[in-house]
Amino acid sequence: MTDLNLLLLQTVTGIALGSVYALLAIGLSLIFGMLTVVNFAHGAYFMVGAYIGVYVLSATGSFFASLLAVFFSTGLFGLLTERVLVRPLYGRGPDYPLLLTFGLSYVIIDVIRIIFGVEGLQSSTPAALQGSVNIGIGYFPIYRLFLIAAAAVIITALWLFIEKSRYGLIIRAGARDPEIVRILGIDVAKVWLLVFGLGTAIAGLSGVLAAPIRTVTPEMGIPVLVESFVVTVVGGMGSIGGAVIAGLLVGVVYSLTALYAPALAELSIFALMALVLVVRPQGLFGREGLME
Amino acid sequence: MEGAPSRTPYRLIATQVSRHRVAAVIAFLVVLPWLTPSHALAANILIFGLYAVGFNLLFGYTGLLSFGHAAFLGSGSYATGVVMVHYGWPWWLAIPAGITLAALIGLCMGYLVIRSRGIYFAMVTLALGQCVYFAFYKAEAITGGENGLRGVNVETIDLLGWKLDFQDPITKYFVMLVFVAAALWFVSRLLASPFGAVLESVRENEKRAAACGYDVARTKLLAFVISAAICGLAGALRALHLSIVPIDSLHYLTSGQVVMMSLLGGMGTFFGPFVGAATILWVEDVATILTKSWQLVVGVIFIIFVLFFPRGIWGSFLHWLGRR
Repeated sequence: MTDLNLLLLQTVTGIALGSVYALLAIGLSLIFGMLTVVNFAHGAYFMVGAYIGVYVLSATGSFFASLLAVFFSTGLFGLLTERVLVRPLYGRGPDYPLLLTFGLSYVIIDVIRIIFGVEGLQSSTPAALQGSVNIGIGYFPIYRLFLIAAAAVIITALWLFIEKSRYGLIIRAGARDPEIVRILGIDVAKVWLLVFGLGTAIAGLSGVLAAPIRTVTPEMGIPVLVESFVVTVVGGMGSIGGAVIAGLLVGVVYSLTALYAPALAELSIFALMALVLVVRPQGLFGREGLME
Repeated sequence: MEGAPSRTPYRLIATQVSRHRVAAVIAFLVVLPWLTPSHALAANILIFGLYAVGFNLLFGYTGLLSFGHAAFLGSGSYATGVVMVHYGWPWWLAIPAGITLAALIGLCMGYLVIRSRGIYFAMVTLALGQCVYFAFYKAEAITGGENGLRGVNVETIDLLGWKLDFQDPITKYFVMLVFVAAALWFVSRLLASPFGAVLESVRENEKRAAACGYDVARTKLLAFVISAAICGLAGALRALHLSIVPIDSLHYLTSGQVVMMSLLGGMGTFFGPFVGAATILWVEDVATILTKSWQLVVGVIFIIFVLFFPRGIWGSFLHWLGRR
């Protein structure tokens, strides 16, 4: 194998990693864009998604069923969170929902520990997606290719929903000026509720997709939250495209550093973030003034 | 009753306590070791209370929610520990080393973070804090990596011939209290100074503060560095107290812990941080005996406070006193 092929393979690994980051950042950015809530429990929903996914997969044997189950259960869980806990805090400044979701992440982690134990679960790659395939530059795990494809499908569907559908129009209008949308006779509270649920459902999906390449433990969402913040800061909130490019960039930077300087892999993504903050504080694709 | 005299006894107590706030807090801390079930818990409350005081300067008084303050507590601990373990510095020189490193990291982090606005602040501080965590984690030769730094031992303290046994928990507590008292006095003077007023004006209305001619960015940066230095002192004391520096002290969950303490106690109040630290550490102490799920207990209490008592315990109490 040549050095160039190794580099390319590691880049594809980075893209697979980055596609999960992109999904996470989109969920985070979607919730923030609408509700100005930074969801500190995003990593916890990711973890819940992984747990439910692994559980349903081992119970039914169908990977597709586990994806559906996770999408609807974490989505429903998100709806409940917004309705019961987050909604009373609107109008009290963005710090309070943030603090609340942070406290919630503690609770979710401990509840999962009580139900499934502190040890974590064995996650396995679905039978049809095991093994590797030659992609021209060397052998690459099929599951990671599937991961890239699945993320692409989810992101495209979401993009179509938000940019092309009637509901997407309402969401975009609500993000820009909820007051006007309310005056036009649309129940903004209902839109917020759905967007929160959609965001957590996507976090759950990224959890179940990432489960085979990570260890499934109650604490697995903790580093994920940090990574998705880094992606969000690099990309800037407010655009799906920005989240995708930043997610892939962070994934590739991580895996290339892991190849050439393994000790610095974790630090590299923070260096990237610091660089972006110096050069373009609003993020690569963020609009100035959006976060004020 | 309408037209009642405005100076009811309650209000009188409230004004007196707030006028002598440093003395009041120190009086509480002096008796604390005899109120808690163990001396170790009292020392923990002392250290985390100071950590929360440093944090509260930024969150409560300046209105900036940082999720990266573990970086200052941890780097304060590590700097103190490293100069003692690897270079044989005496403890009284190691404490300023801890404060200095924390302030320097605060300066770098502050420089980056004040470029980002609004809600980004929490995310960026959290990410930069984790960056510091990984940096110390990977520098295993100096910091001990995953196992933490061991051997930060102080046997006796020699004050011009007067020897104090630092292994004795009560002596140790009161030595640390001297540093905490000095820091509290400094913070109180700072808050009472014109600079303190500028901090609060930035919290209340950033644009108006800027329009009045204050350099908002510089004020924030200065607040960030001072806050970091105080947390660094707390970290330095913690290294001396524990004799080791656990790597967890840099993790963002330790940052989250101080956020919880500050809100639970009452943000923007002088005594609140200690009330918060005492409550959380006490609950942890009791809950760990009863159940493995103490995080669940702490999380639920925190959520209840965010939803229903955002003023926190001490803040709600002051509010109640003020209305009597």
